Amino acid sequence: MSSATHAAGTNDAPLVQVRDLHAGIGGKIVFDGLSLDVPRGSITAIMGPSGTGKTTLLRHLTGQLRAGSGSVRVDGEDVARLSRNALFALRERIGFLFQNSALLTDFNVFENVAFPLRQHARLPEVLIRNIVLTKLQAVGLRGAARLMPSELSGGMARRVALARAIVFDPMLILYDEPFVGLDPIALNQVLRLIRTLNRTLGITSILVAHELAAVRRVADRVYLIANGKLVAQGAPDRLAQEDSPWTRQFFGGEADGPVPFHYPAPDYAGDLGFAPGADA
Amino acid sequence: MSAQPQPRRNWLVRGIAQIGEGGLFFLAILAALPKSLRHLREICRQVWFVGAMSLVIVMTCGLFTGMVLALQLYYTLSIFGGTAALGTVVALALFRELGPVLTAILVAGRAGTAVTAEIGLMRATDQIDAMEMMAVDPIAYIVVPRYLAGVIAMPLLMCLFNALGLFGGHLVGVNWLGVDNGTFWGNMTATVDLWKDILDGVWKSAAFGAVVMLIAVFNGYTTSPTSEGVAYSTTRTVVFSAIVVLAVDFVMTAFLT
Repeated sequence: MSSATHAAGTNDAPLVQVRDLHAGIGGKIVFDGLSLDVPRGSITAIMGPSGTGKTTLLRHLTGQLRAGSGSVRVDGEDVARLSRNALFALRERIGFLFQNSALLTDFNVFENVAFPLRQHARLPEVLIRNIVLTKLQAVGLRGAARLMPSELSGGMARRVALARAIVFDPMLILYDEPFVGLDPIALNQVLRLIRTLNRTLGITSILVAHELAAVRRVADRVYLIANGKLVAQGAPDRLAQEDSPWTRQFFGGEADGPVPFHYPAPDYAGDLGFAPGADA
Repeated sequence: MSAQPQPRRNWLVRGIAQIGEGGLFFLAILAALPKSLRHLREICRQVWFVGAMSLVIVMTCGLFTGMVLALQLYYTLSIFGGTAALGTVVALALFRELGPVLTAILVAGRAGTAVTAEIGLMRATDQIDAMEMMAVDPIAYIVVPRYLAGVIAMPLLMCLFNALGLFGGHLVGVNWLGVDNGTFWGNMTATVDLWKDILDGVWKSAAFGAVVMLIAVFNGYTTSPTSEGVAYSTTRTVVFSAIVVLAVDFVMTAFLT
C-alpha cells in the first residue's frame, strides 16, 4: 500500500466518521449521541475526563466493540456491519498502539515487529528482515532487535509497539494514551515520531491523551468528550482559551465543575447517622 | 468471547452457562482448526512445552505408582496364593486405569495450569487484543496449538508413565519380593491384549487430553484481566480437570468394557 494514497488532500471525505453513536457497557451509558469527523492526514486528539469512554471509542473504530445504534465509518466502511474477514482486512490497514504496548512476550523485538508480516504476507526472509530493520531504525531501536520485551524500558517498549503498528504502512494509527509514564526524553521522542509518521507517510493519527502540553505540540485538532457527548472541539490552542464550563474545568484542572468532585452518593448527614432535618 | 464482567446469577444457572460457553468455545476451536494448521511451528513448540516439560514428573510418578502397585497387589495376591499373576494385574491396572487417569491429572497440574496462566496473562496484558488488532485470530494462533499439543502429548506421556510403572512393578515384584522373572513377564504377555487393554487406555488418554486442555485454554481465555483473575482461573483448571477426568473415566470405562 503506497503512502501516497493516504496523503492529505487525495480524498476529501473524512477518514473516520462517527454519527450519533449510542453505546453502553454493562448497563452504563458510555456514548449518548456522539458525532465526530477525523479528516485524512490529520492528527486528532480525543480528550476528556477519565471514564468518559475515550479508549472505548477507539475500540468502536476498530470493531472490537459494536455500537447499540448510530454508525462508525472508517474509510467509508461501516465497521459494525463488516463480516469478520472484512473487519480483519480493515484492521490490516489500521495500526493500534496499546497503552501498555502489548508486545508478545514470547518473541524478541525483531520477531514482534515481524509478526504481522509473517502472518499476512508471504515474503522472503531477507525482505522481512529489511522491512523490520527499516521500521526499527525509524524508531531508533535497530540495535535492540535481539532484546526480549522484558528487557525494554516503558518508552522503548512503546517505540517497538509503534514500529510494529507501522510495519504495514497503515492509513490510520490509533494511539491509546501514548504519553503515560514516559520521562521527558522518551515523551519527546514519541511526540517527534508521531509527527514524523504523520508528515512523511501521511498517516492519519488519532490519539487519546490527557497531557494537554503534549497534545498542544502535536495535534491539529482536539475533541473534548464528556458525558457521552462531544462538548468542545477545535485547534488545541484555541480550545484551551475557550470560555465554556467544560473547557474551563478540563484545561484549567479545576476540581469541581461540570465533572463533579463527588461521586454520586446518598445524603451526607443521613450517611453519618444524623436524621435528615434534625438539629445536630 | 472476551472477558466481560459477569452479572450476578444463581450458581446453578452460572454453572450451566459456563458449560454452554465451554461448548461454544470448543466449536470455535474446531472451526479454527484448519486455519491453525498453518502455524505448524507453533504447534511443535507447544507439543514440546506440554510434552517434554512434563516428562520428568510423569516418569517419576509412573515409577513410584508401579512400585506401590506391586507391593500392594503382592500382599493381596499372596492371601490367595496367586502371586504368579502379579505381572498381569500390575499391567492391567496401569494400562486400563491408572496410566491414563494419573497422567491426565499430572499433566493438568503441570502443563494445564501453565497454559491457563500463560493465556490469562496474555489477556491481562492486552496481547490477545493486540493479535485481534493485527488481524490474527487468537483462537487459531494461541488456543488451538496448545489444545492440539495436549491431545497429542497426553497419550505419549501415558505410554511413558506405563513403561516406567511396569519397570517399577518389576523392580519391586521380581528383584525385591522374589516373584519369578519368567512368570512375571510370561503371564503378563499372555493375558494383556494389545487392542483391548492397551488401545483402550490410549483412547482414554487422548480423550482426557482433549478435556483437560479444553478446560485449561477456556479458563485462560476467559480470565478476568487481573492478578486475582489469573490465580482463580489457574486453580479452577486443576480442580475442574481432576473432577472431569474422573467423571469421563467412569463413562468411558462403562462403554469400553
